[in-house]
Amino acid sequence: MISRRDFLQVSCATAGLLGFGGGIVNAAATQKLTEQDLLDFESVGNVTLTHITDIHAQLVPIYFREPSINLGVGDMEGLPPHITGPEFLKKFGIAKGTADSYALSSAEFSALAKTYGRVGGIDRIATVLKHIRAERPGKTLFFDGGDTWQGSYTSLKTGGMDMVKVMNALKPQAMTAHWEFTYGQERVQELVEELDFDFLAGNVRDTEWNEEVFDAISYYERGGVKVGVIGQAFPYTPIANPRYKVADWSFGIREADVQANVAKARAAGAELVVLLSHNGFDVDRKLASRVDGIDVILTGHTHDALPVAIDVNGTLLIASGSHGKFLSRLDLDVQNGKIKDYSYKLIPILSDVITPDAEMTSLVTEIRAPYEKELTQVLGQTESLLYRRGNLNGTFDDLICDALLTERDADIALSPGFRWGATLLPGQNITTEDVYNVTSITYPSAYRTTMSGQTIKTILEDVADNLFNKDPYYQQGGDMVRVGGMGYRIDPNEKIGSRITDMTHLKSGTAIQANKDYTVAGWASVNEDVEGPPIYDVVSDYISSQKSVSVKAHDAVQLVKS
Amino acid sequence: MPELSRRHILGMGAGALVVSSLSIPFSALAANTMATDAIMKFTGGAKPKDGLVTLDMPEIAENGNTVPVGVSVDSPMTADNYVKSVLVVADGNPSAGVATFHFSPMSGAAEASTRMRLAKTQNVIAVAAMSDGSFHSAQSVVKVTIGGCGG
Repeated sequence: MISRRDFLQVSCATAGLLGFGGGIVNAAATQKLTEQDLLDFESVGNVTLTHITDIHAQLVPIYFREPSINLGVGDMEGLPPHITGPEFLKKFGIAKGTADSYALSSAEFSALAKTYGRVGGIDRIATVLKHIRAERPGKTLFFDGGDTWQGSYTSLKTGGMDMVKVMNALKPQAMTAHWEFTYGQERVQELVEELDFDFLAGNVRDTEWNEEVFDAISYYERGGVKVGVIGQAFPYTPIANPRYKVADWSFGIREADVQANVAKARAAGAELVVLLSHNGFDVDRKLASRVDGIDVILTGHTHDALPVAIDVNGTLLIASGSHGKFLSRLDLDVQNGKIKDYSYKLIPILSDVITPDAEMTSLVTEIRAPYEKELTQVLGQTESLLYRRGNLNGTFDDLICDALLTERDADIALSPGFRWGATLLPGQNITTEDVYNVTSITYPSAYRTTMSGQTIKTILEDVADNLFNKDPYYQQGGDMVRVGGMGYRIDPNEKIGSRITDMTHLKSGTAIQANKDYTVAGWASVNEDVEGPPIYDVVSDYISSQKSVSVKAHDAVQLVKS
Repeated sequence: MPELSRRHILGMGAGALVVSSLSIPFSALAANTMATDAIMKFTGGAKPKDGLVTLDMPEIAENGNTVPVGVSVDSPMTADNYVKSVLVVADGNPSAGVATFHFSPMSGAAEASTRMRLAKTQNVIAVAAMSDGSFHSAQSVVKVTIGGCGG
């Protein structure tokens, strides 16, 4: 599989010149980045796969900061995507201060955001897709990895229909899903009917008969090559999200079924087999090492953005980021059922550099028009950089926890470790849209309850094991549950029950006691019939009353590594 | 506490007690006397060998109250080489025994499936008694979790 091209790319990356497109780096240095620099690509072979994933319903450009901490455990420690910041830049030969550095790392984020501006926007993505399709007529396929219908005000209000409309206009061949399911199984089936493309999920079965609910495989012919695409929805949807929303469906990794579907696709004459996956990167890395015959895995769920394809056991893993910030282009030379050569680029969608596609701009404007007043309503301003990504905490989550503690009058706040949500720069207004960008879920009740110290520890340990279990098949993605009003130490390398120590109630400065009760406010419980006001109202009210918010550097949660 | 359902409580109980190592050697199963006793009774004291048996279970249970379990044994199922029975035990349940499936050459294939309740994260072990008097086994960790927060 290692071709001359691979060596070329590796050596370029090391030299820090061409790893991510020489044009970008050079142009960035002089601040003269052009659309053509972003689109430049050395095309190869007979098939082009384009991939986007985890858009989280972001129709218009936003800021999005990549994580500064993304720990890998066990065999995954130190492997991409578990490297961040300056280490990431060094690994991929990216110079500091460049557009690549801005797009791919957290380094100097606030400063670079002023230089390079917002990212994403469906109309910019439309422009890039049009360009690639025009350059590679009859050879191009486009796939959406899911987490498309959820994550914004308009997606919540339209029950995902806003995204169905724009995706129909972008014309992918197929999608798979995760958060889509949180609209409930009836709504999912309604929306699937509206799609002009395939909805693939080989690992979703009905609980009664164990039969496939959706198609598992679709076939497409491009450049004379028959391409078999297998869909893999997020395996732990009924566990990470409310099971009652998909009560009649069962998920799971179902590795043996993936292998069987690969064999089925090959038997049907597929010369190229692609897994359109929402497993998460580490799960796909393990899957690729155990399942034979997959040529390409288009990964998703864990929101990783990698500037190279990762080869595992002869399978190329592609990680296309999130929130419409990137579009992946993978050119393949497929001969006799094998990839002979490939060329890959993770194209950053820099909104100020790429010309919006006029048709798509008008569709997006039309979709947003009925909600314009709510979307643009200013609630307050932030003095701090507000972001979500990070294994242990994010500043936007700190703000949500502050809102919960204040508005719900609690000792301790718990906020889910979601990885979606746009970033706000210091000095930016906070609008209703911004609040929904980090809270828009279909089970939004902000509960207030009493928990013993033991129960709180059990929850932290349970979530930590879902994140840091050494076997990726037992990981659910997401990050640590965020806490307010308390601190703790965490050792990811310990086993469940022993990772969390030194739990402290911050207000009193005392240790949290196992048998003492604490008032806890939180949201996004996966249980049915949860009572409380919706989280987006709680956060909006808090920001409105504060007018100006700031989040202090977070040191209440400390990482220890054994 | 309306937001704490039985599933929630179940998961929490699990979290407090769990040991979830994924490569527990068979001998380590002796940690649970009841499961070991059940297996030893089934094998007459013989130690099962690895291989031939496949357990089909989720890595993480969607609902600990009804976890699907499928077991199959690689066997020609002929008169002189067949699977006589398969014992399924769960080493973390109050009562370890889950099911015993009986086969004959007439069965055609040694495959069975059922659903089981798992009180917490634990090992599920299937032991097959072969017609030549040998025993084979497979095991799988099934995690029972509180859930939530993925994303």
